[in-house]
Amino acid sequence: MAILSKDEAQNILKKVLSFSTADECEATLNGTTGGNVRSARNAISTSGALDNVSLAVESRFGKRSGVATCNEFDDATLRRCVQRAEEIARLAPENPDYVPLLGPQQYLASPLSFAQSTAGITPDYRAQQMAATLQLCEQRKLSSAAFLEDSAGFVAKRNNKGLEAYQQATDLTFSITVRTPDGTGSGYATADYNDASKFDAASLAKTAADKAAMSRQAKALEPGKYTVILEPAALVANSDASLLGAMMSAMDARSADEGRSFLSKKGGGNKKGEKLFDERVTIYSDPTHPEIADLTFAGDGRPRQKTTWVEKGVVKNLYSSRFWAQKQGIPDLPPPGGFIMEGGTQSLEEMIKGTAKGILVTRLWYIRPVDPQTLLYTGLTRDGTFYIENGKIKHPIKNFRFNESPIIMLNNLEALGKPQRVAGNLVPPLKIRDFTFTSLSDAV
Amino acid sequence: MKRRDFVGLTGLATGALFLPGFPSLGGTLVHPERLLETVDPAVKKRLADSALNAAKSAGASYADVRIGRYLNQSIFTREKQVQNIASGESFGAGVRVIANGTWGFAATNTVTEAGLAKAAQLAVAIAKANAKVQKEQVKLAPQKGYGEVSWKTPIVQSAFEVPIAQKVDLLLSANAKALENGASFVNSALFQVNEQKYFASTDGSYIDQDVHRIWPTFSVTAVDRASGKFRTREALSSPMGLGYEYMVPKAQDKIAGPAGSGLTGYKNSYDILEDAALAAKQAKEKLTAKSVTPGKYDLVLDPNHLGLTIHESVGHATELDRVLGYEANYAGTSFATLEWKKQGKPYGSKIVNIVADKTQPGSLGAVGYDDEGVKTGQWDIIKEGQLVDYQKIRDQAAMVGQDHSDGCCYAQSWQDVQFQRMANISLQPGKQKMSVDDMIKNVDKGIYIAGRGSFSIDQQRYNFQFGGTTFHAIEKGKITGMIEDVAYQANTQEFWNSCAAICDQSDYRMFGSFFDGKGQPSQVSAVSHGSSTTRFNGVNVINTARKI
Repeated sequence: MAILSKDEAQNILKKVLSFSTADECEATLNGTTGGNVRSARNAISTSGALDNVSLAVESRFGKRSGVATCNEFDDATLRRCVQRAEEIARLAPENPDYVPLLGPQQYLASPLSFAQSTAGITPDYRAQQMAATLQLCEQRKLSSAAFLEDSAGFVAKRNNKGLEAYQQATDLTFSITVRTPDGTGSGYATADYNDASKFDAASLAKTAADKAAMSRQAKALEPGKYTVILEPAALVANSDASLLGAMMSAMDARSADEGRSFLSKKGGGNKKGEKLFDERVTIYSDPTHPEIADLTFAGDGRPRQKTTWVEKGVVKNLYSSRFWAQKQGIPDLPPPGGFIMEGGTQSLEEMIKGTAKGILVTRLWYIRPVDPQTLLYTGLTRDGTFYIENGKIKHPIKNFRFNESPIIMLNNLEALGKPQRVAGNLVPPLKIRDFTFTSLSDAV
Repeated sequence: MKRRDFVGLTGLATGALFLPGFPSLGGTLVHPERLLETVDPAVKKRLADSALNAAKSAGASYADVRIGRYLNQSIFTREKQVQNIASGESFGAGVRVIANGTWGFAATNTVTEAGLAKAAQLAVAIAKANAKVQKEQVKLAPQKGYGEVSWKTPIVQSAFEVPIAQKVDLLLSANAKALENGASFVNSALFQVNEQKYFASTDGSYIDQDVHRIWPTFSVTAVDRASGKFRTREALSSPMGLGYEYMVPKAQDKIAGPAGSGLTGYKNSYDILEDAALAAKQAKEKLTAKSVTPGKYDLVLDPNHLGLTIHESVGHATELDRVLGYEANYAGTSFATLEWKKQGKPYGSKIVNIVADKTQPGSLGAVGYDDEGVKTGQWDIIKEGQLVDYQKIRDQAAMVGQDHSDGCCYAQSWQDVQFQRMANISLQPGKQKMSVDDMIKNVDKGIYIAGRGSFSIDQQRYNFQFGGTTFHAIEKGKITGMIEDVAYQANTQEFWNSCAAICDQSDYRMFGSFFDGKGQPSQVSAVSHGSSTTRFNGVNVINTARKI
């Protein structure tokens, strides 16, 4: 029952609203169905399947609000769920940040967010894709660990102010780490899609295997400031913090206005309109982009539209809550889903060719904030770090710890490559000068 | 569809915006009173049997089922207002099977005999699909069935029984204390978890458990508008395997920090009002504190800070799944391989004794039985500086020539498959009488660090960098004032071999990690790390100040 059609979902939501006695009521249905398979040591380790639909009801009396949920859909359960939300609302303190629920909204269409190829995935498909990676690594006498996860889902929303929303979406995410049997080499590749027909586990396994084989017997370089080429997987990540992800999630107007953000201005206010980055830095979001099609509405029902966050190095917009936008009289922009950083046309190979001396970084790992004032982050290189000399990869190097701020990094920009999709974003490989490595790591 | 989209749409994450590092608890929202109802074990046994029978009929050689009701309530406030109260419940069942020598798992929220039987059949179908590409069969360490047994966290009062208004009042009172003492902003939160979980397996165990955890925390921010500078000071509480009694401060649980620090350490209860007031003063002090001069320092680490260093550099490094390569694609592997252990190199100095424990009262990891039906216990990990054992579960024991699991298997909910998770990993206190002041008086050039801060470690657990919440300079045996911009970088083995002194039992306290992430799909687990204040000599300290 996980993927309800628009009519099925809205009929349940209409019934929910008909049970409401509150001043305001909003109901949201979420459904997801999917599965995953995991491998390690060249064998499948764990795998699973999940199917779930849940309903959340928010009821409001004046400025008091309560939420309740259920995951059964008979009339008695739905009625009870609404009653519970109303009971909690009556008990809740008044919310000084209250804003009324949204009325009818116009949402963009983003048909490519859902692909039947992904929704139709079976356990056999997952096993076969994984088998292809196991076979390749066995032939090359390498050891692989990989993870494939796919899901199909829908979100439907309706309130008694006339708001109505519905969208389906699918996602397939794959990552693989290939290691040499002596433990001296490791390589990584990752990809994610709405449409599973674009997915080929074996080709990603080959990339990771090539990097593993190339990275054995790494040499140590002294820590210091180096020119680096950061691959897209070193800039954004699926399941860990990332330099660009951290920067985008710090673009909240309220924390900037309150003086506790890298975007806060000395003496008060925020840095919207200021040039903070190299003029080649342009970042926007667009939920209808065919490569990263996303939901066209945010959690609170606000429409997600094409929005420019940074243009030619200038901060153009900050996102905010509806309350803060109204209070400050600023554009009412929800945070983006995925984002797009504009790049150039150069391939990664061409960027390497154009580098006299530098370091190629496949992936950054365990990235944690050190100072929120400057967005200084620390973390390490991992799974394929190479020294470049005279346009060629010369030899693998040992991993480094870095201490760097994405703000400083995007001022030290040398070149941008062709954007690629990673973790629902489109990001180019970046060549950066003076990237700060502070110590060596023995980790492979 | 990305998980973040669904989480975003529930609105649950909003309150966590200013508390970096807190994932959303997920789950769903329900009326608080309903959280006190429990499901009759006899009903759960009947449901469990339907899953086990269906799995066996479909061809499983082993099956277990976990019927779980996972409750979490989170209260988020800022300054004088409540931001969010999320009472979440998630009820369902997960069935894990071995068929044709391969694992399969399926979960369902249709908790009926038919629903569970269907999930069991799907789990077997998945196992069989995977078995076609499998070369090695799963070998489980033998486990006797315990029959029908139960276990409950020994709490005084369930946090779920305390009226929400009372909990909100306490957080808002803490915020008021911070504001009175000069805070520009304060965010506070109270996380409460209750796992009502029922485990049954084809080994003949039917285990009913009721597990409780709690974590009060806050972040106080001081802003200097003129200079554009801001600093935060986090709470010095610890998440605990306790009930609401942790929120009621008791004099015997307070340990005075070293002279000149003004700090207080907390054992089995926490004084949030006292800590919030001090936090505001310290956040302001941090705005003008001297920036550290980089170099080598002797570090004196408070248990509320050292716990995270133990967690990252010993806890994760000695998990057998990481050692064997099962986490290579995400969390990583470990330097402490089977070969490394055989070489007998010292992990730490002779005074370093580290114990794994799944039974320690008040700890986050304490349970009667793990999530694959193994009775829990205690065992040595590092003895007099030598690595002596790992943390392992049933399907790993044979790989290291052992015949038993350590009882470290855990799943964050019914819908996630259980796997090896960290036990409580704790540094044993020093055997000789020593207070923190005794320790500091012998330090010539050092830094006293308390509380959690930035933490990062490589995928094989060699190179790490840690910050903290408060940093006090030690000069010639005395604390001389707060300093800022401190982080220390070290190599795990060098760091533990530089361990020079450990305070005695009277200083012992537990630190906790409430949301420790591992696995794919990623799951959180909660784990405690006990220690007394400990000294490490000659550690490399860097200055983290930058200009943008």
